[in-house]
Amino acid sequence: MGYFDNIRESVRTIFEGMAITASHMVRKPYTIQYPDRVDVRVQDTLPFRYRGLLDVDLEICTGCLACERACPIDCIVIDAEKDKNTREMVLKRFDIDLAKCMFCGLCSEPCPTGSIHHTPEFEGADYSLESLIRRFVKAPVVAYKPIKGPETNPEIAPLLARGLRYLDEFASPGDAS
Amino acid sequence: MQQLADRLIDHGFLSGLPRELGYVLVVAFFAFLMLSFIMTVAGVTSWLERRVWARIQSRVGPNRVGPQGALQWLADGVKNIMKEDIVPLAADAPLFKGAPYLAMMGFFGAFAVVPFTENMIVADINIGVLYVSAVTALVVVGILMAGWSSNNKWALLGGIRSAAQIISYEIPAALAILTIVLFTGTLSMQGIIREQGWAPWNWFLFDNPFTFVAFFLFFISALAEGNRTPFDLPEAESELVAGAFTEYSGLRSLLFFLVEWGNLYLIGAICTSLFLGGWQVPHFTENGFVLGLVQFLTFFLKAYFMVFVAMWIRATLPRVRVDQLMTLCWKYLVPVAFANMICAALYFAILPHGSIFVRLGMFAFGLGLLVHFLNRVLFHLRRAKPELHFSPIV
Repeated sequence: MGYFDNIRESVRTIFEGMAITASHMVRKPYTIQYPDRVDVRVQDTLPFRYRGLLDVDLEICTGCLACERACPIDCIVIDAEKDKNTREMVLKRFDIDLAKCMFCGLCSEPCPTGSIHHTPEFEGADYSLESLIRRFVKAPVVAYKPIKGPETNPEIAPLLARGLRYLDEFASPGDAS
Repeated sequence: MQQLADRLIDHGFLSGLPRELGYVLVVAFFAFLMLSFIMTVAGVTSWLERRVWARIQSRVGPNRVGPQGALQWLADGVKNIMKEDIVPLAADAPLFKGAPYLAMMGFFGAFAVVPFTENMIVADINIGVLYVSAVTALVVVGILMAGWSSNNKWALLGGIRSAAQIISYEIPAALAILTIVLFTGTLSMQGIIREQGWAPWNWFLFDNPFTFVAFFLFFISALAEGNRTPFDLPEAESELVAGAFTEYSGLRSLLFFLVEWGNLYLIGAICTSLFLGGWQVPHFTENGFVLGLVQFLTFFLKAYFMVFVAMWIRATLPRVRVDQLMTLCWKYLVPVAFANMICAALYFAILPHGSIFVRLGMFAFGLGLLVHFLNRVLFHLRRAKPELHFSPIV
């Protein structure tokens, strides 16, 4: 390119560039002003299967220990025993150490009822590692036992429906809602 | 200035004092006033600059401290003042400590001849423009001193780059100023402004095609002298960490940044006085105070518009390489400035008083450029179909 071509070209391109940036000055910013200046909580805008902090619906946990075995870093500890008299599974301990959890989702895959699942909640900051251990069993509870046919207990049915939906939507990207 | 001091000493507030002491007090008071004004402008500029870039990049920018973040600069200043002032062990301590003040002096001295209104000027010396380009060269000494005394390779490279750059770009800047001086016959800032009128076609920007080119030559060179993007090689973050200011912390680094942002306003002020008609307004009232206020606002807004353009350029253009910087200066700006000045001299020889037709023609050309520019902006908006948000408040 010649000398004057260089001058013309730089003037033209800078003119055009300035026009583009000027047009950006009147565009709406994309920033989401998390956490306090948002219309909706950010958690509510996330997809159903978002892999946030783990939660357990103890009412539909069968005590099968599938999640404990699946966890690659052993952050889940479950104590489940069979009661000698009633022949029911009794959960004595269900701890998840969220400080260790890496949100891989491998525990929620094998769960038969969708009891252990990720929530869209992600604000897990805390002051000590101890407080990051979530203890879901306060007092020993009897594990859930699936029945033939649809669930009839009105307290458990919605939880189970939610859990199964969680499982169904697994590995079906594209229609995440 | 001197009349005011004399009046105050003879029958005013300072009566009875020795004359020399009175002068010193008056000068110190006005220097303090000016320093406060410039620091405030520099601080607000630092916040506004971040907001403007943010909007250009579809972000929001600082908006938490005060309404819309307008007090962010105060928070930054307080934070910097409270930081530890570290002098590296291997540094040359006296030079290292003195450098920010020297840079500060160089930029602050230039404000002595900035004509804010018809009467509001610290010293209307008859070599005003020359004084500006001379005294701002002191900033180079400060930056070079900082780079050398830090005993750090990055700082040294930054200092050397800064010196090479500022010295090189003094030439096209001086040639562009000279083009104007050719038409005014005076170097005094007030004299140059009095040669212009309030109407845009009486500004030197539109006086003839050669002053129009000189304006752009001067603005580009002034950006380079003020170490602004696209010429911010002395502190190129991606290459030199922070260039000459790498080792500085706390208040001393703050002073360097104040120089940078204050310099921006200085560039705007000089551009305004030389090319954009300065404080010229129609003589609409006999009330001196009101007239002065309007003149001050006119000057301030014109100068601040140039500051805004500099921010806008910073958000638009990438940084040039060192060799490109020198190519631009020596192969393009200097020859163009020389040719421009010679053409301007020929024009002056043919039409010593200019011509209203040339002025109106240049003004129409400028308007045409503006319309074309707005057209391009609208074109980009139509093509991208973005959500619009015109208010600066987000």
